[in-house]
Amino acid sequence: MATPVSKIRFREPQIEMAHGAGGKASRRLVEGLFAPLLYGSSPGPLGDAAHIQINGTRIAMTTDSFVVKPLQFPGGSIGELAINGTVNDLAVSGAKAEAIVVTYILEAGLATDILEAEVRAMGQAAVEAGVMIAGGDTKVVDHGQADQMYITTTGIGRLLSGVAISAQSVCPGDQVLLSGPIGDHGITILLARGDLDLEAELRSDTRSVLPLVQALVREAGAGVRWMRDPTRGGAATSLNELARDCGHGIVLFEEKLPVRDSVRGACELLGLDPLHIANEGQFLAIVSSAHADLALRALRATPGGEQAQIIGEVREQPASAVLVTTPYGGSRLVDMLVGDPLPRIC
Amino acid sequence: MCLAIPGKIIELDAQNAHLAVVDVVGVRRRVDLGLLHDEPPMVGDWVLIHVGFAMSKISESDAVDQMRTLTMLGEAAAAMQEVRGYGLENEEPEAPSERWKQ
Amino acid sequence: MKFVDEFRNPELIAKTGEEIRRLADPARHYRIMEVCGGHTHAIYRFGLKDLLPSNVELIHGPGCPVCVLPMGRIDDGLSLAAQPNFIFAAFGDMMRVPGTHGSPLEYKARGMDVRIVYSPADALKLARSNPQKHVMFFAIGFETTAPSTALTILRASTEGLHNFSVFCNHVTIIPAIRAILDSPDMRLDGFVGPGHVSTVIGCRPYDWIAKDEGKPVVVSGFEPLDILQSIVMLLHQLRNGEAKVENQYKRVVPWEGNRAALRAMAEVFDLRPYFEWRGLGFISQSALKIRRSYAEWDSEQRFSVPGVRVTDPKAAQCGEVLKGVLKPAQCKLFGRECTPEQPVGALMVSSEGSCAAYYNYEHRKPVTIARAAAN
Repeated sequence: MATPVSKIRFREPQIEMAHGAGGKASRRLVEGLFAPLLYGSSPGPLGDAAHIQINGTRIAMTTDSFVVKPLQFPGGSIGELAINGTVNDLAVSGAKAEAIVVTYILEAGLATDILEAEVRAMGQAAVEAGVMIAGGDTKVVDHGQADQMYITTTGIGRLLSGVAISAQSVCPGDQVLLSGPIGDHGITILLARGDLDLEAELRSDTRSVLPLVQALVREAGAGVRWMRDPTRGGAATSLNELARDCGHGIVLFEEKLPVRDSVRGACELLGLDPLHIANEGQFLAIVSSAHADLALRALRATPGGEQAQIIGEVREQPASAVLVTTPYGGSRLVDMLVGDPLPRIC
Repeated sequence: MCLAIPGKIIELDAQNAHLAVVDVVGVRRRVDLGLLHDEPPMVGDWVLIHVGFAMSKISESDAVDQMRTLTMLGEAAAAMQEVRGYGLENEEPEAPSERWKQ
Repeated sequence: MKFVDEFRNPELIAKTGEEIRRLADPARHYRIMEVCGGHTHAIYRFGLKDLLPSNVELIHGPGCPVCVLPMGRIDDGLSLAAQPNFIFAAFGDMMRVPGTHGSPLEYKARGMDVRIVYSPADALKLARSNPQKHVMFFAIGFETTAPSTALTILRASTEGLHNFSVFCNHVTIIPAIRAILDSPDMRLDGFVGPGHVSTVIGCRPYDWIAKDEGKPVVVSGFEPLDILQSIVMLLHQLRNGEAKVENQYKRVVPWEGNRAALRAMAEVFDLRPYFEWRGLGFISQSALKIRRSYAEWDSEQRFSVPGVRVTDPKAAQCGEVLKGVLKPAQCKLFGRECTPEQPVGALMVSSEGSCAAYYNYEHRKPVTIARAAAN
């Protein structure tokens, strides 16, 4: 079932930061402006990666841009994000990344050292992820634009066999799996910006999730319905998108959510919800209940997947929404993010 | 108006008497102790932090008291159930509000 | 997390919930107001309403400093900061609040230097590291936050830092509670008192609510067990026909308040003769302004303020929801013209405003829908 061309026309007079934050505003922009104009009369589902048929062979293709500030942060840098992000988008669509092309937009005045460091990081990440960098393009813009550097990566890959991803195949009773702790990346970046004067031993979780996805597909592929890497907007946004696409409810068990202490501490201090914080090395999977235990074991047995958890399940209610329950019987809805999460004092 | 979090003082600033470093499960922030001028906290004390200022010291003994009171809640009710089971219908139940009297 | 996790203990929460059900007289319908927006947020975040029997109703009070801020004040602040070489600094809570021509974040998108700060001390730090610019700190909050602003102004004064000023919108809680109780359509049985405001003002300021109005007040912490225990204490008082002020949040709230904080406030601030509260109208002696002795650090005394007044659309029933007369869902604009993303009225602009909290966390919950259908 194709996502219907939305009746939401994009009426906002100017583009705001919120439109790039991965939440509701982003969705309005994509559904209300890009989709009607670019996707023709039969747009496919608006997922991250596209599956294209060329002469009988199915290929997955995706693209992503990286504008993170600061360029370097504990646990990684923009170059690594640029590779892992695209590898991960392909992985969660059920594909193994084979080749990536890279675009650099560089600000005039950028120190060569900085560029070299990022290119090295990118090369290293590509080797670790087992993907070839097949080419690219470079543009230089005036000083004052591009904030040192912006990177875009486009990747193609071969579909993994034994798995078919579709939001429509998700049904009540299915289990929600998460590969590991949430919130590490977003909080690391927030702290690295230095505006909040907070310090913690925290690192970005940026990595390729392909090995974990491959293990999952190998052991439990027949039961895997849907996967997503919860980047900007966090797990809440990805799961809300799924809930809207499949029409069912997603119920999460708060005590099962894996969150590192320091992420929790930062979120409590700033009034943020870990479910809204970006991740760069985790993924969500919806797996049929028959395969859920097998799937969890497969993840936990794979290096990097030790903290995988079943964090919830799909139910009929609340339709098209995500609910978080507490161990003492309370619950709250969790919505998609509107713009970037803002610290609060109230 | 009220997001305030408990944190532990792990370091007092040598240069600035009114500043300290506070730890909240591994997250550290410099905090101004100026509002606790009358009873300056020491390293190891727990304080309530709001917008980067320490608002109050946290009393461990009061926290323990509160937990004890709450733990006994269910027990008081269970005890009364038992008492009722003895057929002493005219017994006045204890008024637990005594416990929270100022 | 110490002093947090213990108060989220599931077994004790369940026990306390049972105690509430045991104490609540089935022949009565209890209407309890939690004054503070932080409590409103906590109630929704922890799903505490699900634990209460249907005859114990929580009414959300006016203690949301963002919600009660008139749009005109935001316009004033933004127009002050529109001068060249100004930095507009404010808490994250303010960033998406719409003024007539946009929110601070939208002004930032159009080129204004807008910075989010976690602390007024961070705004002062910005002034230190940007000597060529003027940093204007848009201050909001009740008595919890005002002392920190006061101390920051004192530090600026001691340091002789002149490229820093505060646009002061601090308000005080007692006049707001009085306005609620003076409202003729109001029927409340008791109050869950604002725990963090009370760390500054103590528990005495609520005496008149118990003595003159005959309503019990329990000053409460913000964890699930705190709020639930406070409700237990209120129910005990109501059952015994009592009306007193009690301190549930003993581990943090001193009965006499924080003298140093009150001193700092008295040194720097004075009461405005009156101030407009969005949804509640003009209330006398309800807000703080900076004394003439610190005029150098008062944006309003240093720069000329347009003094814009913007009235809310008549259709927005914020005042009635603020006073607890209407529930958010009963306002005609709720969920239609007025949503958190496109707020029309005061209570949608902040995530702890009753309407926004209800919209985000509650109104599509199956249990809420089921309860509404049953009524």
